[in-house]
Parts: sequence; structure tokens; C-alpha cells
Amino acid sequence: MRFLIYLSDYMIPFVFFYIIGLGLLSKTNLYEEFVKGAKEGFKVVLDIMPTLIGLMIAVSVLRASGALVILSELIKPLTDILHFPSELVPLVLVKMFSSSAATGLLLDIFKEYGPDSYLGRLVSVILSSTETIFYTMAVYFVAAGVKKMRYTLAGALVATLAGVVGSVIITKLVF
Amino acid sequence: MLSYLWGFMIIIGIVVGVLKGNIAEISNATINSSKEAVALCITMLGIMAMWTGMMQIAKKCGLVASFTKALQPVIHFLFPDIPKGHIVNEYIASNMIANILGLGWAATPMGLMAMKELKKLNHDSEVASCDMCTLLIINISSLQLISVNILAYRSQYGSVNPAEILGAGIVATFVSTLAGVIFSTIARKRSNKQGYR
Repeated sequence: MRFLIYLSDYMIPFVFFYIIGLGLLSKTNLYEEFVKGAKEGFKVVLDIMPTLIGLMIAVSVLRASGALVILSELIKPLTDILHFPSELVPLVLVKMFSSSAATGLLLDIFKEYGPDSYLGRLVSVILSSTETIFYTMAVYFVAAGVKKMRYTLAGALVATLAGVVGSVIITKLVF
Repeated sequence: MLSYLWGFMIIIGIVVGVLKGNIAEISNATINSSKEAVALCITMLGIMAMWTGMMQIAKKCGLVASFTKALQPVIHFLFPDIPKGHIVNEYIASNMIANILGLGWAATPMGLMAMKELKKLNHDSEVASCDMCTLLIINISSLQLISVNILAYRSQYGSVNPAEILGAGIVATFVSTLAGVIFSTIARKRSNKQGYR
């Protein structure tokens, strides 16, 4: 499992080396393109900023009120059987509906337990391996004008569940 | 959806806060968290710009296009009902590549175009075709190799090595996508037997 740690360290430098190497070989105007793309990135962040402010406020209210602690203690007996930390249950459930609301809860976990704690690492892995189920389905099927979705939801739930179980196992193995 | 979720989070928070006597903490939390969100976005501006800048170079030197081409056999395996050379193959490939590279906002428009074409292939039916189900399941199973957002969040909250979770994230992503692909393949076989397409 040491391999996965090395892979993590090499990932970004390798991607940069590869892209810039190819760019040089194909005589692309590297720096001009980088700046152009970086501007795009600014727009993306500015777009999500208001959403993020709204959701971080909502999550901070939940945390400060003590509601999150009550909730995770209520479900603790059940999650203990499954060997899943009860603190992450709200996040996994919310993630099915809204990616930005889940981000709010993720940041709350980082704040409470630290990004390098077991919970912080696990939650990072879970969120990198799952997508919003209901939001994605609504957007795609409404745009195509499809009313009967057949087995899509079942498949999406299977994939998400596999992702969460896989995240728990791999996080325990690697760290 | 988000309206209710957001509204209830705040209402429940305030009610519980009053019951538990944590109302002053809530007051402080609203002010601090809105400030914090902005600080976070400033970190994200840097990391996101770095990533989209790199991806722009990848696009310009033809790397993205050659990935899209290399993906064709995979697409043919996952979507056996789509005629070869049909434009929808390209839409699906662009959607997947954008997802893999972490350009989610670029993936959605491509995915929607693919859905519209798939509907035409499905004789404008209001019932989803197997191809549509597969496309959705794969999109939801997540394909992203490097989660740039999560790197930004981890670094903002003081991680010693924000990138250390990348390897584990790739394995977990692979597991969820594999589960989605296996499920879609089995479900397709079953519905072919029942006469759906």
C-alpha cells in the first residue's frame, strides 16, 4: 500500500511534466494558454462562491446548535455494527442530493477533526469517489424529456455504495 | 431540492440551538462561517486556476482530443446499441474525459447533448434506453482522477500533505465505477431478454 502514497506524491508533478512536455513538442504557446485557462478557473470559483457561502452558513448553524452531534449519536448504534463512523452519515446522505451541501459538511469535518485525521482522510476519499445522484438524474433526464428512468437509480445507488465501502477499506489499508 | 435542504438545515439548527441554549454560538457561527467561505474561495481561486490553466494547455496541444479518440473502444463496449461513427460517441467521450480530468462544468453540457442524441436513437420515447441508464450510472459513479476541489479544501484547513489522498481516491473511484459498469451490463442483458432496447 506504500505504492498508493508514492502515486499520490507523483500524480501532480507527473501530470504537469506530461502536459508541458507535449506542449513544448507541439510548439504550443504554453504560457499564453495557461493564462487563458487560469482565467476560466477564476470564473468557475466565482460562480460557486455564493453557493458555498450560503451552505457554509447553514452547516455552521447546525454544528453550533449541537444538532450534528445529536444526530450522529442517534445513529451510532447502527453505524458501529457497520464499522462506519457515525459522524460521516449526514454527509453521505446529503451528498446524494446536493454536492455543494456535502461540501459544507466536508469543511465542517475538516474544521472539527482536521484534514489529516482518519475522518478527514476518509471523507476526502469518499467525496472524490461519489457524485450527486438525484441532482444529476434530474438534470439529465429533464433535459432529454425522459419520464421513466428504469434501473438508473438502482445502478447509481449500487455504484455509490460500492464507492463508500471501497473508501472505508482503502483508507484503513493505506493510512 | 437545495432550497428545502438549505432551509431545513437552518431552521432545525436554530430550533435545536434554542432548546440546548446554544443560541449565542449560532449567532457567532453565521458571521464566522460567511467570512470563512470567502477565505476558502481565495485559496480555491489559486488551485483551480492552476488546474484549468494546465488543462487549457492539454486541450490546445491536442491531448484531450487524442484521449477522446482512445476512448472509442471503451464506449463501444459500454454502449453496444449505438451505431459506430455516430456523433453521440463523441459527446459521450468528451463527457467522460471532462469528468476524468476534473472539469465537471465542461462535462455536463456534453452529457446533455449525448442524452438528446440518445433520445433520437430511442425513437423519441419517454422511457429511458439502456444506453441512457448506463451513461447516467457512469456519470454518477464518478470518474474524476484528481479532485482539485478537495485538494484546495484540505490545504485551506491546514493539511500537511493535501495530495496524500489522491491514490486512495483513484482506487475508490475505480471501485464505484466498476460496480456501476457491472450493474449496467447485467441490467442491459436482462432487459434485452424482456424485449426492451
